[in-house]
This record gives sequence, structure tokens and C-alpha cells, in this order.
Amino acid sequence: MDDFVLRALAAGCGLALVAGPLGSFVVWRRMAYFGDTLAHSALLGVALGFLLGVNPLVGVVGVCVALALALVGLQRRRALASDTVLGILSHSSLSLGLVAIAFLETLRVDLVAYLFGDILSVTPADLAWIYGGGAAALGGLLLLWRRLLAVTVDEDLARVEGMPVEALRLAFMLLIALVIAAAMKIVGILLITSLLIIPAAAARRFSRTPEAMAALASVFGIAAVLGGLFSSLSWDLPGGPSIVVAAAALFLASVLVPAGNR
Amino acid sequence: MSIHHAAHHAARSPVPSLAPPLVDARGLTVRLGGRTILDRVDLEVRPGEIVTLIGPNGAGKTTLVRAVLGLVRASSGAVERRRGLRIGYMPQRLTVDATLPLTVRRFLSLWRPVTDARIGAALEEAGVSHLSGSPVQSVSGGEMQRVLLARALLSDPDLLVLDEPDQAVDVHGQAELFGRIETLRRTRGCGVLLVSHDLHTVMARTDRVLCLNGHVCCQGAPEDVRRHPEYRALFGGHADALAVYVHHHDHAHATDGAVVPGHDGDCCHG
Repeated sequence: MDDFVLRALAAGCGLALVAGPLGSFVVWRRMAYFGDTLAHSALLGVALGFLLGVNPLVGVVGVCVALALALVGLQRRRALASDTVLGILSHSSLSLGLVAIAFLETLRVDLVAYLFGDILSVTPADLAWIYGGGAAALGGLLLLWRRLLAVTVDEDLARVEGMPVEALRLAFMLLIALVIAAAMKIVGILLITSLLIIPAAAARRFSRTPEAMAALASVFGIAAVLGGLFSSLSWDLPGGPSIVVAAAALFLASVLVPAGNR
Repeated sequence: MSIHHAAHHAARSPVPSLAPPLVDARGLTVRLGGRTILDRVDLEVRPGEIVTLIGPNGAGKTTLVRAVLGLVRASSGAVERRRGLRIGYMPQRLTVDATLPLTVRRFLSLWRPVTDARIGAALEEAGVSHLSGSPVQSVSGGEMQRVLLARALLSDPDLLVLDEPDQAVDVHGQAELFGRIETLRRTRGCGVLLVSHDLHTVMARTDRVLCLNGHVCCQGAPEDVRRHPEYRALFGGHADALAVYVHHHDHAHATDGAVVPGHDGDCCHG
């Protein structure tokens, strides 16, 4: 097998491993649209990274965190519904990113690669970022697991029990930002959320504990990456969308499996 | 505090009310969005004491509870909690998202590291051992109340705070639930602060009633509060019905509706 295929496999599987547990939380906390919003802002992070001369991934994490903080602030005011605020930030940050990149005339960016991913061009350096960021995200998630579950179930109860609810919420947003930065190269910013939520949604029916759902979501995610990459190479299809289509097919299959093992 | 109240209190509470209060709110005022929800409210709960908040909708009962829990900040005045106070909070309701696979047992383990044996004991104490392995989304409203009671017990509380424990439960279930709360108060010696709509159940089970309508209308032993003009103005005709109903709840009902003799021994079923 060629090196670029091996790197693509390693990158995709590494991402799916982290996306399983984190995506489960996104589903439990009903934050799919929030994840989308953060992902859409990633392009602005790329532009800022180039502008400031730092690694674009650092720019992505920075912009995601800034956006997450802005969201928490806006949601606290409650003047507008949450989905309205998300819609405004999601599309304006994406457009701002596109505009910023157009302004940077010296910069020739493969926009399609950022929007839809380019898994077959993953470099060893990308791989290091994906595994570094992924390991950090997974470690953080494991450390906060029980408390994040408690906060997910009920924030007031968690607060009465003395848990630092705001800090936990921010930490979770930071973990998502990390995964978005790591996933950008693989499925692209428009498709990142699908890799978080589709495998987790497919795993729900077969799980009786949160941990089982998280682990099964990782397995489904890896299966989607393998299936997507295989079809991408066999029929010369775009990698990112093929992975998402494979994940969607898995989800469909999970819905169609007759009930009984619940 | 009337003489009547003191005598009543001594007769029912296992711990003398001389003990320092678990929570002590003084001149508590809470303004939310320009509206004054609570106006200079004083409230204290002592160990072994059952204090009930009653009042019409919008009277600020839930806000007062949230201030006691530290979930709402006082605009002026203060809530003092005894040092190291452990609070067991049972909210009005709690819905767990259907996407989260969680058994009742697991739900109870989320709030602090706790052994399976302790979870079993808490479920037993709340009367819902049989639900241990059920998905938390599948239990009924009344069962969930008891699960939430078990959860509150796991903190080994000095103070139980129960927000409308009678809401999701029918009349028979209420009597049983209040019986359980009274037993807990006796066996654990913890203080209980509860919010209730159900006047007659509350009246029979409580040491002290605080009638709230933004400010404290009146407080004292249930019998005194019932005679208070402000209370009668707030609850109108219901206030009279209470005089009849109060005796009906000296016994308890099992979940099937059967009458179970109460703890007071002076049950006069009728």
C-alpha cells in the first residue's frame, strides 16, 4: 500500500477514535448545531493563522475558543433564541473566513480542501497534529467524564453538588475546538459535525451505558472511515464526502436493524 | 414564635430547636429582570425540623429555594449556610435526554464517587429498589421523584431541600412520600425544607409553615398559620377545607391505595 494511503487510514481512524466519545456528548447535550458553528469558524482561523504567521491549526483552535466564549456570553443574555445566535455566528464566521482568504492575495489556498477535506494529502506533520490534538482531547474527556455526564444530565444539580459547571462547559467547548482543528484536513469544515454525530447516533440503539455508546461510536466511525476511503480509492471519489456517506449508510442500517436487543 | 408553636415543635421534633440553624436567610431580597421576587425574607431551618414554604403561584417559593441552594444571588441580604453543610436537593422534575443511555443506578452514581452498596441502600430508603436497572427515562413521574429523593440521600445530607415533591404524585403517593420524608427526618435527624402546593398534606406533616407572597405573609405552627388573616386572604375557601382535611393524613396510603397506620398513632380515618 502507498504511504499516502496508510497516512490517510491512520489519520481517519485516529480522528474517528476521538470523535466517538466526543460526538456522543455532542448528541447528549444537543449541541450538533453548536459544533457546526464552531467548525464553520475554522476557515477564519486558517486565514488568521496565515496572517499572523503561525500554524493554521493554532489559528483554528484560537478562533473556535473565542467563538465559544462569545456564544456563552450571548446565550447568557437570552435576548435571542440560541439557534438564532448560532445561525448568525455560524454563517457570518464562515463568510468572514471566505472574505479574509480572498483578501490575502499572496495566499493561494485550496478552498475545496478546507471545505470538504483532503484526506489523501495528509502529511506526516498533519498526522502528528491529529494524534497530538486527539490524544489531548481524549485525555481531557476521560479526566472530566463523570462530571461532564452529571452536568449534561442537569446543570443545577451539578452546581448544588459543588461542581464547577461553567468551567466544565468551557472545557468541553475547548475539546470540541481541538477535534475540529484535527478533523479539518480529513473531512473539511463543512462535514466535521457529521463525523461527530452520525456514528454516535447510530450507536445509541445498541448501547445500555454511556461508555458503550461512546466506544461503539468510535467503532462505527472507524468503519465509516475504512468504507469511505475504500470507495474513494476504488472509484476515484472525494475522500471526505465518501466517509460521511459511509457513516450515513451505517446509520441507516442501524435504524433498519430490527429492535429486540435493547 | 408563639407558645403554641414552641409546644408543638417540642412534641414532634427529635432534636431541640436550640441547635444552630442549618441555613439562615436574613433580609433576603432577590430582584430578577427589574422585578422584586423576594422582599426581605427571613428563613431559618434547624436540624430535625420540617419547614414548609407555601404560597400562590409566582410567590417566589422556587426562587427562595434556589437562593438557599446558592443557585440565585441575593440582591441584598444574605443566606448563611452552616460550615460544611451538605445539602440533598430534590428538584421539581428532571428529564434525561433520551439519547443518553443511563440506568437509574448509573444516574445515581454521577454526582460523587459512591459504592453500589450505598446506591442500593438509598434506593431502598426511597422505596424504589426495583428500578435500579431500569433506563432512567422509562420510570414514571412519581417513581422519578423517589429516584431523585434517593439521589438527594446519597450526599448524606444535613439538609434536605424538596421542591414540590407532591407535584408528579397522586394523593395516595403524596401521603406515602411525605411519610417517608418524616421517617428520614426522624432517623437521620436532618432538617427538611420543602415547597408545596398541597396544603392539607403539608399541614399535617410540618413543624413550621412559611406563607410566602413575595414577602413572608405569616409563619409559625400550621394551626397558627391557618388562622392568620393574610393566609386566609391568599387561600380563601381552601383554608376552611383544611380544617377538615388535616386529620385525614395522619395515616398513610400505600401505592395501591390501602390505608397504612400512620406514625402518630392518632389516626382517625373518615
